[in-house]
Amino acid sequence: MPSHDVLIIGAGLAGQRAALSAAEAGASVAIVSKVHPVRSHSVAAAGGINAALNPEDTWESHAFDTVKGSDYLGDQDAIEIMTREAPNEILYLEHIGVTFHRNETGHLGTRAFGGASAARTYYVADITGHAILHVLYEQLMKRSEQIDRYEEWFTTDLLQDEDGRCVGAICRDLRDGALEVFNAKAVILASGGAGQAYKPTTNGLIVTGDGIAQAYRIGAKLMDMEMVQYHPTTLAGNGLLITEGARGEGAWLLNAEGERFMERYAPNKFELASRDVVSRAEQTEINEGRGFEDGTVALDITKVPRRRTLEALREIVNIGRDFAGVDITREPIHILPGMHYIMGGVKTDSDGQTTIPGLYAAGEVACVSVHGGNRLGANSLLDTLVFGRRSGLHGATQALQMPMPSTPSSRIAETEKNIEAIMNRQQGGRRIGAIKSELGETMNEYVAVFRDEEGLQKAHEIVRRLKEEAAVAGIDDRGSVFNQDVIAAIELGYMLDVAETIVVGALERKESRGAQWRLDYPGRNDEEWLKHIDISMNGADVPLVSYSPVTITRWQPEERTY
Amino acid sequence: MPEYTLRIRRYDPQSGDAPRWDTHTVDLSPVQSVLDAILKIKDDEDGSIGIRCSCQQAICGSCGVRMNGKPGLACNTHLDEAAQRGHGTGWNPPDEGQEAPVITVEPMGNMPVIRDLIVDMDAVHWKKIQRVTPWLINKEPVPEREYIVPHENMVDVTQTMACIQCGACVSDCLAMEVDPLFVGPAALAKAYRFVGDPRDADHRERLNDLSEDPHGIYDCTHCFNCIDACPKGVDPMSQIMRLRRVAGSDFDIKDRNNGYNHEHAFVKNIRKNGILHEPDLLADSYGGKLHPAAGKELLSGLPTAVTGLLRGKMTPRTALLHPHKAPPEVKKLFDTIDGKQQRYELNLYVSGYEDEPEGTETEGQS
Repeated sequence: MPSHDVLIIGAGLAGQRAALSAAEAGASVAIVSKVHPVRSHSVAAAGGINAALNPEDTWESHAFDTVKGSDYLGDQDAIEIMTREAPNEILYLEHIGVTFHRNETGHLGTRAFGGASAARTYYVADITGHAILHVLYEQLMKRSEQIDRYEEWFTTDLLQDEDGRCVGAICRDLRDGALEVFNAKAVILASGGAGQAYKPTTNGLIVTGDGIAQAYRIGAKLMDMEMVQYHPTTLAGNGLLITEGARGEGAWLLNAEGERFMERYAPNKFELASRDVVSRAEQTEINEGRGFEDGTVALDITKVPRRRTLEALREIVNIGRDFAGVDITREPIHILPGMHYIMGGVKTDSDGQTTIPGLYAAGEVACVSVHGGNRLGANSLLDTLVFGRRSGLHGATQALQMPMPSTPSSRIAETEKNIEAIMNRQQGGRRIGAIKSELGETMNEYVAVFRDEEGLQKAHEIVRRLKEEAAVAGIDDRGSVFNQDVIAAIELGYMLDVAETIVVGALERKESRGAQWRLDYPGRNDEEWLKHIDISMNGADVPLVSYSPVTITRWQPEERTY
Repeated sequence: MPEYTLRIRRYDPQSGDAPRWDTHTVDLSPVQSVLDAILKIKDDEDGSIGIRCSCQQAICGSCGVRMNGKPGLACNTHLDEAAQRGHGTGWNPPDEGQEAPVITVEPMGNMPVIRDLIVDMDAVHWKKIQRVTPWLINKEPVPEREYIVPHENMVDVTQTMACIQCGACVSDCLAMEVDPLFVGPAALAKAYRFVGDPRDADHRERLNDLSEDPHGIYDCTHCFNCIDACPKGVDPMSQIMRLRRVAGSDFDIKDRNNGYNHEHAFVKNIRKNGILHEPDLLADSYGGKLHPAAGKELLSGLPTAVTGLLRGKMTPRTALLHPHKAPPEVKKLFDTIDGKQQRYELNLYVSGYEDEPEGTETEGQS
């Protein structure tokens, strides 16, 4: 049985950063990932990473922008920590080799990003997440004596001892189907968001809410689940992301009448208002008939000098060419708001500790909450790194002071039985792909930019029905080598659990704040709803709802305009 | 929507059976991807087809496969583009009712197949990456703030940073097919990412190592397959050639494999003859006709020469005399290049599109 001080599940930016900080603190580390680490979805983060590193900039300014961006639902103590630590994190990345863009003097250069009062986004062309992920992986290879990598191992269950402490996990080696108990003193979830519960989404096929559902199933509280970010610029049909960096470099949004409509919605920041504001503006234009026939508006990148686009936005030049047949340096491209990120997740404190002892969470799987009702662009990479590092450090420090807990290895029999039951399910009912599609389309229709009671109720009924159908959906593959069918069945269960908590949260919050815009409750209502909605598992029944206060340190809620 | 027939190579190591071909027909638009088609088949017909995939936008590097004989990412290869390869140029998607074009999908080459379209990248690709000390060795002292580095250098290494480790270049590397120990295109491109980075302290050691290794930078045979295969414009072969230029010209590394001498013999040969005169090339690569090492090489080359003579590929006259003399245009080219203060390096992030050779000067390596 593999035993380590710290077990990390997920190897995107948060997981790899946690592994490095735990190793640096002297702990033995295992990092488990269902895909090779460089395939993790952090790789798709394009635009950059925020930090008040310029001498003229201040962390207070960054913190205030983040608080305002969150529509005052973010916890200000955590936001202060994140923005204070941001400059050091950039320098750490620079020193281990990230090829950040330089200005003409050879110093780190920045670009503008949405919702920010200064240009404080550090970047590598439009492959920032990719560049950081690959460089962190270089460090994992360098430290292979201290960090054991389990690549292409799928986590099925988190393990608890009799006192409820999380003491490890059960994982399946995808190459041969063998199950293994991983024993650990601290377990850090870093397995990302749940974008695949929506269709379309900018998120990869692997982003299926695994960690959120695993924590939820052992009783951890989730928070802010209703806050789902729609990115303002995604391609119609396939949902591919066009980075906010495009607008940061000067691209305009135009409706079908050729009007730069953001002037009416955000007269000061135009295209660089926060994402919830821009997405709502676009959706309003589309709904009121000023969009194009394909239900889109246009992003005009020809405003950016061509040479600059080719150097700094090369990836979206390729995406435009390969996936939309458009040369973005010469003509506008049609875009619409698309599901991108979940602000909510497993509730943690600022050291990553969840409500389950021994269990940590960092990155998109977690909700600290630094993003509140709406995340600012280029704050997610920062979130993964700062809280990944803090979780790794805290987990390691705790682990080094305690003996290895005993792990109830008998649990493996139960997991074996569950997997066998899935393997024996015959085709006949609906296929997994069909159930997943209906889930995604339902969420995208009723739990999107604009919501109301009727639609949310309907979505909830559908999700409940899909849960029943998913429990008996058949599979085709009975083998044990790379059986992706059995994994898809388990992932579908995770997505349905997460989807239900999103719907329940959205139903509960009877106001409009950040990404949650209720047509039946327009306007923010601080008196009743300046609080987090926490959600926890309630057996097979509808999840339980409770509340927790928002931490306010120095910025009282004000009216939010851009 | 037109129909496409996908012919997918299936292999299940547990079955004990040899690989087989499954065919499925899908209705999809010509600009949808091969991965779209495979996922549709998985969703609707057969969930047991194994393929790694995630982002569907050519950034995660999971879905490297061979499609109608050419390696690439299934997610950014359009169905009509893949079909075209199997049917030659001038081909158009057939009208309704006509036979659907066939797209053959196979696992990548040069790596063992684990199952269906899934290959063992750890056994080959990642081992080779590990071989090139794939992390920054910091130039000391590490500054308190960032290293001050020219803008151009960071843009330059961003081209190799853009590698997504998909393995497409490894799949069709001819040198690796002959010499499985060849470090290979992806790992050598990764090596350039450090050699081109002014923050790295070990340029000389890295270049020495990769020059002296008989499976290193001089093992590449310029077949261009990796440049064709790369979905991200990393141009691995160009990076290998840059490693050679930096090793030979800037660090003066004369390797025991005679790679350095061979390159210089090549340049000398073309300068003199205008086109390649092979008998001289071999001798010059080993120090000239009178050098003992050259004699040995010439002797060992004799059977090839005899075969060449018998088959009429050369005549005693072309073998022994110098029938060609470089025309003035060639001399002018050499003079122009020799007169440059800096080397020209083609870099997509600097120069723009592949089809727009507005070549931009980058800093010479130091």
